[in-house]
Amino acid sequence: MSKAESKTVSLVPAQLWGRLRKTVLALVLPVTLVWLWQLAGTDGAIAGGALPTPDRVWAAWMKWAFGTSTFGLNPYIGTWTQSLWFSAGRVVYGFAIAIAVGVPIGMIIGWSKLASAMIDPTIQWLRPVPITAWLPISIAIFGIRDFGAVFLITIGAFYPIVINTTQGTRDVDKNWIRAALMMGAGQRDVLTRVVLPAALPSIFTGLRIGLGIAWTAVIVSEMVAVKSGLGYVLWDAYYVGRMDIVIADMVSIGLMGFLSDLLIVSIEIWALRWRRLQSFDA
Amino acid sequence: MINFSKVSKVYGGAQGVRALDQVDFSVAEGEFVALLGPSGCGKSTLLNLVAGFEKLTEGEMLFDGQAVSRPGPDRGVVFQEASLLPWLTVWENVVFGPKVQGLMRNEYEPRAHEILKIVGLEAFHKALPVQLSGGMRQRVGIARALVMQPKALLMDEPFGALDAQTRLSMQQLLLEVWQRLKTTVLFVTHDIDEAILLADRVCVMTARPGRITKEIPIDLRRPRSIDDLTNSEFTHFKAQIMTEMRGAHDPH
Repeated sequence: MSKAESKTVSLVPAQLWGRLRKTVLALVLPVTLVWLWQLAGTDGAIAGGALPTPDRVWAAWMKWAFGTSTFGLNPYIGTWTQSLWFSAGRVVYGFAIAIAVGVPIGMIIGWSKLASAMIDPTIQWLRPVPITAWLPISIAIFGIRDFGAVFLITIGAFYPIVINTTQGTRDVDKNWIRAALMMGAGQRDVLTRVVLPAALPSIFTGLRIGLGIAWTAVIVSEMVAVKSGLGYVLWDAYYVGRMDIVIADMVSIGLMGFLSDLLIVSIEIWALRWRRLQSFDA
Repeated sequence: MINFSKVSKVYGGAQGVRALDQVDFSVAEGEFVALLGPSGCGKSTLLNLVAGFEKLTEGEMLFDGQAVSRPGPDRGVVFQEASLLPWLTVWENVVFGPKVQGLMRNEYEPRAHEILKIVGLEAFHKALPVQLSGGMRQRVGIARALVMQPKALLMDEPFGALDAQTRLSMQQLLLEVWQRLKTTVLFVTHDIDEAILLADRVCVMTARPGRITKEIPIDLRRPRSIDDLTNSEFTHFKAQIMTEMRGAHDPH
């Protein structure tokens, strides 16, 4: 064990260098694209109004984020954080419901043949309906209130979570279940102490896909049905011709999607750390 | 302790494969019995019936006087690949049984410590299964079965996946543990040496249909050790069993 430890210690500078290199490599493409876009804009190749140059977008974004709002005449000064939290809050809310519903249902379908025969077909029939098709019914039921967006996020994130949980439950090593039964575990203990942890890798795959869909759902519903958040700003800014805000908004959405995925991945790495350790005798 | 009378197991309906055919077989309390046979002879099926993992098709099977309906802690199973729960530490794997049974900590913790000491893993109680070698993993597999104080230990080719050297040390360990606890053991193996070395009685099985063709009492002196593998008495039993198995393979 001490050998492995000393190895990690000596690895730290090399690891740091590796991470730095990775970050630099990842930045090459976006920086080049932004630079070309800036060039194209200043050379007049693209009409300044339709596609504002990066420097203008950046200026508008900074104002939107950090400007002191005056008496509410301009909605794009100092309101960025607020819009961000509206959207993020809805995503957290809807995503949490999708997990709370999707994981147990997925486990039941994967565990019981009867439940699978009864529930799975319905889910498979409903699944091809795109979240955008749920918009009218969502507005009809919930109006243009917050929960319309939450509902749409839940629907969108539910399918990948339930499907991956089902698969993960079905793939659990039969001998783990047998071992637990042999040790006197009841059905409940088998499900919570064996099947759930064993299915976690698949569940996390479902969560990551579900989270991506959740961000799509929140933007779509805010564009159409809810009067706040990044999706609402996106559409509203387009109407008043503020393409700089439109682009800043798009970048914000991408950033939030990226950061929330990073959060899920960090939780995954922590929860599944038992899978990352290497055997000593290998 | 274990009693089979005219037990058959058929997979896949009436026209299916007869894994076990009219098997009569018994294990006495405190006895160490080895089931020896080629793969596919139904020896694991027989063990799975006792464990409660599978249900018999015909006949009657009693464990401690009662029909088996489901797995339970009175029959500790040791699996071929150990089948530890990989997200739990060695200690958590060993106390899993007592914990889900709702036993009190002060009741099972001293016992778990003692058993980990017996199998030589007390220094590794915080390690995860992936951090252990195959032999060490199987020690945990044995420990988690023993900690439940089962009436019988059912071992399904527990050392089959180990390298020769590790297998020897595991056999030595099992001999020592058994000498101490004298638990009833049903041990499935395809290794003739292993069967003779460990068991009080070797039951030779043949495939298609799965039957026990010969039962050979092994009256080698106990306590035994792996040094017995080379003595003349041992060789005598080995020759006898090899003849038996050869005869079973090509019927006259």
